[in-house]
Amino acid sequence: MSKLNSKIPAGPIDKKWTDYKDHVALVNPANKRNIDIIVVGSGLAGSSAAASLAEMGYSVKVFCFQDSPRRAHSIAAQGGINAAKNYKNDGDSTFRLFYDTIKGGDYRAREANVHRLAEVSTSIIDQCVAQGVPFAREYGGLLDNRSFGGTQVQRTFYAAGQTGQQLLLGAYSALSKEIAKGTVKMYNRHEMMDIVKVDGKARGIIAKNLVTGAIERHSAHAVLLCTGGYGNVFFLSTNAMGSNVSAAMKAYKKGAYFGNPCFTQIHPTCIPVSGDHQSKLTLMSESLRNDGRIWVPAKLEDAQAIQQGKKRANDIPEADRDYYLERRYPAFGNLVPRDVASRAAKERCDAGFGVNATGQAVYLDYADAIERYGKIEATKMNISNASPEKIKELGKAVVKEKYGNLFDMYMQISGENPYETPMKIYPAVHYTMGGLWVDYELMTTVPGLYALGEANFSEHGANRLGASALMQGLADGYFVIPYTIGSYLSDDIRTGKIPTDSPEFEAAEKEVRDRIEHLLNTKGTKPVDYYHKRLGKVMWDKCGMARNAEGLKEAIAEIQEIRKEFWANVRVPGAANEFNPELDKAGRVADFLELGELMCYDALNRNESCGGHFREESQTEEGEALRDDDNFAFVSAWEFAGDGKEPILNKEELVYENIKLVQRSYK
Amino acid sequence: MKLTLKIWRQKNAADKGRLVDYPVSDISPDMSFLEMLDVLNDQLVEKGDDPIAFDHDCREGICGMCSLYINGRAHGPQSAVTTCQLHMRSFKDGDTIYIEPWRAKAFPIIKDLVVDRSAFDRIIQAGGYISVNTGAAQDANSIPVPKVDADEAFAAATCIGCGACVASCKNASAMLFVSAKVSQLAILPQGRAEAEQRVLNMVSKMDEEGFGNCTNTGACEVECPKGISLTNIARMNREFLGAAVKA
Repeated sequence: MSKLNSKIPAGPIDKKWTDYKDHVALVNPANKRNIDIIVVGSGLAGSSAAASLAEMGYSVKVFCFQDSPRRAHSIAAQGGINAAKNYKNDGDSTFRLFYDTIKGGDYRAREANVHRLAEVSTSIIDQCVAQGVPFAREYGGLLDNRSFGGTQVQRTFYAAGQTGQQLLLGAYSALSKEIAKGTVKMYNRHEMMDIVKVDGKARGIIAKNLVTGAIERHSAHAVLLCTGGYGNVFFLSTNAMGSNVSAAMKAYKKGAYFGNPCFTQIHPTCIPVSGDHQSKLTLMSESLRNDGRIWVPAKLEDAQAIQQGKKRANDIPEADRDYYLERRYPAFGNLVPRDVASRAAKERCDAGFGVNATGQAVYLDYADAIERYGKIEATKMNISNASPEKIKELGKAVVKEKYGNLFDMYMQISGENPYETPMKIYPAVHYTMGGLWVDYELMTTVPGLYALGEANFSEHGANRLGASALMQGLADGYFVIPYTIGSYLSDDIRTGKIPTDSPEFEAAEKEVRDRIEHLLNTKGTKPVDYYHKRLGKVMWDKCGMARNAEGLKEAIAEIQEIRKEFWANVRVPGAANEFNPELDKAGRVADFLELGELMCYDALNRNESCGGHFREESQTEEGEALRDDDNFAFVSAWEFAGDGKEPILNKEELVYENIKLVQRSYK
Repeated sequence: MKLTLKIWRQKNAADKGRLVDYPVSDISPDMSFLEMLDVLNDQLVEKGDDPIAFDHDCREGICGMCSLYINGRAHGPQSAVTTCQLHMRSFKDGDTIYIEPWRAKAFPIIKDLVVDRSAFDRIIQAGGYISVNTGAAQDANSIPVPKVDADEAFAAATCIGCGACVASCKNASAMLFVSAKVSQLAILPQGRAEAEQRVLNMVSKMDEEGFGNCTNTGACEVECPKGISLTNIARMNREFLGAAVKA
């Protein structure tokens, strides 16, 4: 029998959450004051959870490694946030959002959780507007919506290309309000170094003050990890430089199972790599695919001429361009889901049709959109027989209004003008659907330890739809955890303050100090980045957009080797008791070196293609992903078995009672 | 490219600090400014020297964590970008580049180029929010907000809290930062209920943190990577005056 209890409530899908809320245990206000909750991470999930729990009366501590909670990487999300408001009257509903999310996730998410997410999605928009989040509006003063990759209704709310920023600043303002009241104590520039378990329950953390290097003990009745995703295991990703997996890995080693670690999302519209010096990749919002057309040259000789710098995009006549997404997927065209768009780009580039010096890029072309919008504007302005120049000028103005900030960003990084020449894009690691396994209440397999937002294994299955990450982070923080945490904490009202002088805290702190000493005393020859880059290359080549058994087995051996070298030969300068970013980075890379191996085990075990996970052994004759529901309709929950040992696989069977599993087709 | 970097080194808040020369070579014009510093830091680590501490995170111009005073300008020579978005193609082979931290009494130096900007957080805590608890909101479309107002509130709300305005100001004033938040919430109907108390509290906190006064030189607007407008300061002054007269 499975060791996993997902605690999904009984009853019909649309009544589960309501019934749950009606019956979950409550904690009375007088008792809440005596209950401490630690929140690690201050992004959308962390800030919204901390603010909401503090408003309810709990005593909350929040930790973030940045200099302010407002810096968390949620801030970089561009496109938008989905909600089943149906303001556009285009037939949207809770069920449709639920259905699209399950289907988009390639049937590897839990029905009950996803339905709950769709149900609370509308409250998120209400909450954010009340906080003063300046969403885009129509001239009538009501909220505007746009469509987003992979859906056929307009349900995406947005604030230009800075939706994540505006939502995070909303949650940050709610958090600030509680900090001012003293109900939240904020610890900036602090990193969680380990979880402390007492009697099998999560009862606190060891944290490091990154300015002074001081190691601190903090106790609580429950610990919430809201620490984001682990895309930086690939070294190059769209994540912030500091984004890391360390909190999740510590939890994993303390008994929390890791769910579907191999499910990573490679985003199709990023700016291609320009050289070895590159430290990160920049995403360009997927909304660009609404109006842009993606192509590569149809003739190999043209592609080669472009790669050698002998030809440019505008030299290729229309007839010799291959709009491969429109060709392969006529129904969805350039709006196919992210995993499909990314793989199609890789397929063309692997076949030699890539369009920059590295051959790892495709065009995203706005010429048609500029012309189309220009003609519409000309008609609106009653200009008959507008010249092509006038049409272009009018069209450019419309495109500038809609996508100006993205075009500026592209110009800044690439030095090219996207209004005149097609942009070059290539897929990059962007989001990780995998994460700590949690039950319906968002609790991991360690009692009292919760994971929210991107840090948990999520409602996105094997592939996340655009504009759904912001929705999930805020749903978990504002509308799920405030209810579900009562179920656990209602048993803790008589516990009293958790002491930090117990042997458990003692031992955890010693372990943290020993590891820091080890890193500093190795005094090898190579800097931390050297190992991180090597790990990233193995991951990208063998556990990236396409994977096969042989490559994954090689990757596991290679990562083990890199890890051994890292611990024997890394050079970390400075001391433990000072501001030392290299030391902090070393600790994070050490954890990535363990995660990488775990991801490869998971990818190796899952011998099917689903969502972002493409196994070359499992594809149709046309090269499309082939899912295997008979053998793999489950969540892989990996259990730590000890250092140097193969992790243990636990399975949570996925049962679909409301949605029929079909092979995804966007043709 | 070959460059000479003159970088501010300061071990901690108590240390005096000084500019130190670092020659760098093989710099590609396609590198970002911070990637150039990464390269230098890896070389320093391999040599056994202390790498240069600087704040950075998202490296796409939105988190507000990066700073740096480059050749006498906040976020370097280009306008409307943060340091992390600056690329080496903005410099010439053989250039000498001065790299210093933000300098303001309210932003004490932690190490090298890293400063403590938590005063900004405390100003927001003094009132940069609307007091609405989770679950207490009405339907999002029940209060229409004219598009021009929504757009104006949004423009103010795009502030990333980097502190370039303070660093550029000869008085180290935080007026642009504070006024951006005051404006955003004063323009929106949702924020009106608390508008008067908010502006009084935030301005008083700003003064208490040791930021200087505004003398309308406009340097902040010029150097703001997000183009936050001076009109926000005018609006804050108006809001403040109105509230102070009543109070």
